[in-house]
Amino acid sequence: MRLRNIWIAGLAAGTVLLAAGPVKLLNVSYDPTRELYTQVNAAFAKQWKAKSGAEVQISQSHGGSGKQARSVLDGLPADVVTLALAYDIDVLAEKGHLLPANWQSRLPNNSTPYTSTIVFLVRKGNPKHIKDWDDLVRQGVSVITPNPKSSGGARWSYLAAWGYALKKNNGDDNKAREFVTKLYKNVPVLDSGARGSTTTFAQRGIGDVLLSWENEAYLALNELGRDKVEVVTPSLSILAEPPVAVVDKVASKHGTTEVAKAYLEFLYSDEGQEIAAKNYYRPQSAKVAAKYAANFPKLGLFTIGELFGGWQKAQKRHFDDGGVFDKIYTPGS
Amino acid sequence: MSIRKDPVWVQWSLTALAMLALGGFIVLPLVAVFVQAFEKGWAAYVTAVADPNTLSAIRLSLLAVGIAVPLNLVFGVAAAWVITKFQFRGRDLLVSLIDIPFGVSPVISGLIFILLFGANGWFGQWLADHDVRIVFAVPGIVLATVFVTFPFVARELIPLMESQGTEEEEAALVLGASAWQMFFRVTLPNIKWGLFYGVVLCTARALGEFGAVSVVSGHIRGETNTLPLHVEILYNEYNYSGAFAVASILSAIAVITLVLKKWISHEH
Amino acid sequence: MAAGTFRKANILPGFGPALGYTVFYLSLIVLIPLSAVFLKSVSSTWAHFVETVTAPKVLAAYRLSFGASFVAGLVSSVVGFLIAWVLVRYEFPGKALADALVDLPFALPTAVAGIALTSLYTENGWLGRYLIPMGIKVAFTPLGVVIALTFIGLPFVVRSVQPVLADADRELEEAATSLGATRVQVFTKVIAPMVGPSLLTGFAMAFARALGEYGSVIFISGNLPMKTEIAPLLIVTKLEQYDYAGATAIAVVMLVTSFVLLLGINMFQRRTRRYMEADEA
Repeated sequence: MRLRNIWIAGLAAGTVLLAAGPVKLLNVSYDPTRELYTQVNAAFAKQWKAKSGAEVQISQSHGGSGKQARSVLDGLPADVVTLALAYDIDVLAEKGHLLPANWQSRLPNNSTPYTSTIVFLVRKGNPKHIKDWDDLVRQGVSVITPNPKSSGGARWSYLAAWGYALKKNNGDDNKAREFVTKLYKNVPVLDSGARGSTTTFAQRGIGDVLLSWENEAYLALNELGRDKVEVVTPSLSILAEPPVAVVDKVASKHGTTEVAKAYLEFLYSDEGQEIAAKNYYRPQSAKVAAKYAANFPKLGLFTIGELFGGWQKAQKRHFDDGGVFDKIYTPGS
Repeated sequence: MSIRKDPVWVQWSLTALAMLALGGFIVLPLVAVFVQAFEKGWAAYVTAVADPNTLSAIRLSLLAVGIAVPLNLVFGVAAAWVITKFQFRGRDLLVSLIDIPFGVSPVISGLIFILLFGANGWFGQWLADHDVRIVFAVPGIVLATVFVTFPFVARELIPLMESQGTEEEEAALVLGASAWQMFFRVTLPNIKWGLFYGVVLCTARALGEFGAVSVVSGHIRGETNTLPLHVEILYNEYNYSGAFAVASILSAIAVITLVLKKWISHEH
Repeated sequence: MAAGTFRKANILPGFGPALGYTVFYLSLIVLIPLSAVFLKSVSSTWAHFVETVTAPKVLAAYRLSFGASFVAGLVSSVVGFLIAWVLVRYEFPGKALADALVDLPFALPTAVAGIALTSLYTENGWLGRYLIPMGIKVAFTPLGVVIALTFIGLPFVVRSVQPVLADADRELEEAATSLGATRVQVFTKVIAPMVGPSLLTGFAMAFARALGEYGSVIFISGNLPMKTEIAPLLIVTKLEQYDYAGATAIAVVMLVTSFVLLLGINMFQRRTRRYMEADEA
């Protein structure tokens, strides 16, 4: 990979030197990655300049994952996309033909340079003694999570809960559904996005537990104060894989294909992995993971492919209109 | 000025009631904004406002307003003239059509332009072939702003001009004034306050519009973020005081325009 | 609308060009773009359209959106008229400031308004801490939706009524009083007919605007399906599934309803005005 990196960088340097002025890249990403990519962009620009002598200027755009994917589909000129779910990039391939259908096999680890999972954020001292998923369906426990219909993170949370119940009940689908239904009975407010939920929980003081991305939970811990909230890692959760991809059609039009590829491969480099780990994303590199092991408590992880047959199926069964999530809220069904 | 006055107790109780309502519905949320804006002190406030991304958002917002308001101003006067000074078939229909943008959800107001100019929209292919960018660029933001603030000036003028009737204009014409003389010497002075309210509302609304612009902006930092979008970004970065600081600029602009109005009315 | 019989000779200039420009600009900015929404909504089958807009979740959202907007429009009308009246008729300290503050809901980005309102009414908020112990829950209930929509709609009423009230001929009231009319009579016979049309306009605009409002409401409503989910939120979730036809179908129903309402109010106004003119003649 190293060699390939250098080869690509060399080639890209050649292309870049022909063009005048700094190269511009647009990275269209989802909500919680702002801090991560601000740091990645600075580090990559420095490395790229050292390697190729050319300036690269990377613009960021953040929003809900689905909304961002839709914008790219409708013409937002993203050279690279770094979204919350593979489903959203699949759509770009399928409906927009902006990149080939096999995009996920073009980079290591299913094009996922870092992973995350779903954990709990609770009030300081954990007054309701919330240790694991079972505690969330107890009476009198109020759970905050965004609306899975409009938030990518909330979909991961929903599937994490479902997967936990499925594993605990030896794959009994009805039990899992019962569990998730009970869980959502404890949800007093469904914000439209992940950050909205964090605010509801932390600023407004509503709810006993917030279901959150692991990286969001630690960020919130630092931003909002360790004296107010603490993180609880459940015994079992879902392996959330936010993938990245070059948008071929846009990048080739801009002539940025090589630098875009180098940018994404930078995420897999030691430096990129360290930045990810420092921002509480679980790195893929074993070496970096070992160095930051203290940041990431051990827990059982299952993948969406394993329990749900991939995003396409999960989306259709659970989150599309008339799906299981809708039925939870429809009386008499 | 007034010839006959309501009794003092009526004046006072009505005023108290109105101010209470104004306080509860409008001032309290506003105070909440300002309190949070200054939560971390002046220094944090200035940092948030002087940030290059904030400044670029201010520039973009002013540009959108600078285009949208004059366009809608000219339209508003023309439309109100036709509607209030003449009888014609389909007048009610026309008035109602002008109101439409009020009833369109901001989400849809943005979506409209995606359906027209997006990559898969009616003109998408043509625009891509000619390398013209409308949505996810400045033209789209301006268009969405024009659409959202479309009815304001017309809507302010119509009830006012309706209550004024046509006698004064007719008299001017009979006395030999030309059409433009009549307009500038009679009509315009009569409607100047309504016009001014309309422009103020249009400006304020154009500055504050969030939903529609959010759909067509693409949220590229420092490039296609307007002030309200920038507020959302800061808020989402847990920079609550920064978010409210930028929001307070918007409120301040509204107050300044209104103070300006007072000043102008004293000049006359 | 039998305008022909009522038409009197009109010597005012500019009808042709002004009408032409109005219709041209209206078509360019509003009608042609909006037709894209209508065409999109029927881009799938009629059955899909009907199925979308009659789903229980959508009906519940319509009920909330229309109901809350209507109530908010009424509250705005009463409160807005009162504020306009006080601002036009009375002198009091701080009047200029009060006048300026009326427009703030326009200037505040709707999302900021939503956040600010929510922070007031939750358990640890300035108002919530007193209201919630009394059993009045505002945040995350339909009442919260009404409050957010009233905040959005109030300036429409004030700013519609204010210029008409300021322009109103005080001598008429004088004459009525000197002829022995009571205060109530002056109000119902002189002031109300004069201000009525603009108040109705204000209500209609506040209602229409409230119906589509998204940014401020989603923060305070709680977004629970079947309970506090507003129709514009459903549009957003449809888009999330790339169901453009479904999203525009929901929008078209709201659009047509508010258009019919506005048209009705405009025609009603026309008629009352005509009666008044006939009375005068």
